[in-house]
Amino acid sequence: MDVYLPIAGLSVNALVIVALGGVVGLLTGMIGVGGGFLTTPILIFYGIPPAVAVASATTQITGTSVSGMLAHRRRKGVDYRMGGVIIVGGLLGAVAGGAIFRLLQDVGQIDTAISLLYVVLLGSIGVMMAKEAATALDIIKTKPGRKPPRRHNPFIASLPMRWRFYQSGLYISPLAPLMLGFCAGMLTVLLGVGGGFVLVPAMIYLLGMSAQVVVGTSLLQILAVTAATTLIHATTTKSVDVVLAALLLLGSVIGAQVGARLAQKAKPELLRMFLAIIILGVAFRMALGLGWRPEEIYTMELL
Amino acid sequence: MRRAGPLLLLAAALPLLVGASKPRLVPDVSESRIEIQYSFTGVELLLFGAILYPGGRVPSEQADIAIVVKGPLQPLRVREKQKVAGIWMNVDSARFRSAPSFYAVASSRPLSKLIDERTAAIYELGLQNLQLSPGPGQSADVQRRFETGFVDLMQRHSLYVEDPRGVQITDGVLYRARVFIPARVPVGNYTAETFLIKDGRVMAGAVRDIRIEKRGFERFVARAAQRWSLAYGLVAVGLALLFGWAAAALFRRA
Repeated sequence: MDVYLPIAGLSVNALVIVALGGVVGLLTGMIGVGGGFLTTPILIFYGIPPAVAVASATTQITGTSVSGMLAHRRRKGVDYRMGGVIIVGGLLGAVAGGAIFRLLQDVGQIDTAISLLYVVLLGSIGVMMAKEAATALDIIKTKPGRKPPRRHNPFIASLPMRWRFYQSGLYISPLAPLMLGFCAGMLTVLLGVGGGFVLVPAMIYLLGMSAQVVVGTSLLQILAVTAATTLIHATTTKSVDVVLAALLLLGSVIGAQVGARLAQKAKPELLRMFLAIIILGVAFRMALGLGWRPEEIYTMELL
Repeated sequence: MRRAGPLLLLAAALPLLVGASKPRLVPDVSESRIEIQYSFTGVELLLFGAILYPGGRVPSEQADIAIVVKGPLQPLRVREKQKVAGIWMNVDSARFRSAPSFYAVASSRPLSKLIDERTAAIYELGLQNLQLSPGPGQSADVQRRFETGFVDLMQRHSLYVEDPRGVQITDGVLYRARVFIPARVPVGNYTAETFLIKDGRVMAGAVRDIRIEKRGFERFVARAAQRWSLAYGLVAVGLALLFGWAAAALFRRA
């Protein structure tokens, strides 16, 4: 079933796009990552212009995160105070990311920068998650006599002006989540991802937030920042394709609901292991793409 | 055949049109307005017409036909990747001020057998003879390299096409060719040029205009994104929120 995308300027198979949205939604609901790190590269691979892919994937993530966030809110899994701080950081990060994006575009290095960022980020997070999940699943035995990991990061504990975040069970300086939000917001603009795959591990391992509110709070931040980013894309690059976004949304909001149901039945460690494997796979594929002789040596860009 | 109708009509009108001193071309296109709608996957154009010889005498040695369909010109930058420290990245780039967004040439015999290179260059016949107007400040062989890379890229996307046997000529007077326009072409004014070629010379030429535009919902969306971009963005966000909320509400009830 072919559908013409008015902004991308080409036809796509609607079912493929809906299915892609569905898979991504499933991941969102199960693990709390937006799945943008899958959508954007696959859309580009499918032949959609990168700018349109990034912008429309952002719109899709907004919808998926609403769906997921509402599900978590019913279980009181959202810390609004923490979320608010991270959102402020995220919006600042989005603005900074936009400036960096234009700079890289002007010098023609945006593709390479995006691939490198993906490889470094996904590679390190994937390894970290795989190791942690393997320990939890007793695949890796921790050596006896080793110190248990610290719950509080010494750098974060040293920051001034502490606030209480009751639902997260934390008494820390808001500067830490602010910085975290800033990084995630930058990634949203640069990579067309929600940033959940950075936020979730950082909230668990760096901030030490209580596990029940991690996913819901990260979804709240993603929701706010992707909505703002969609508006930025719509008014500056004008590359949001509503038809493409709607097709992705159709699949992903349903996938997110199904995923949230599945998540309650599955073991969280297994889910994290599963995510770690996917993340490492994508990172490996991207690294190959950087080193391999590309199919297209020449690319063009309209002026 | 549906498309044979206009051809027959033309053939019937032939005796009325003859009488000029030089051969003339009477070309036409199956669609002079192409409308891009929701399920547009490209369109096959039929380009056809008649060769009118003075006095209606068809010469014993057959002339050849070349047809060029050209899209609107675009300024663009072509970037070239090279391996730097184990990574393929954009290193060099070149600007072209006017590259056609679409270019298809069909001919009754390979172009190299019809005309010499100079004539081909004058009439921009063939992919090697496109006038891309390179930007200033680059040596000729660097420009050549970028042109080759660019043309190759466009060929892979089916936006530049060369069909050396794409034109059929019937009885020396009627000709026709098919050119496929893919879905990813930009909208705008296109031209279909027909050339009558004999003994390495262009004897006659004629142009028909083709207009490609978005219609209905597609046009509305494309316009809204350009003209009312903030409202468009808000609608996109609203749509996303609505989808997410609707799915959550539906599943809660189920």
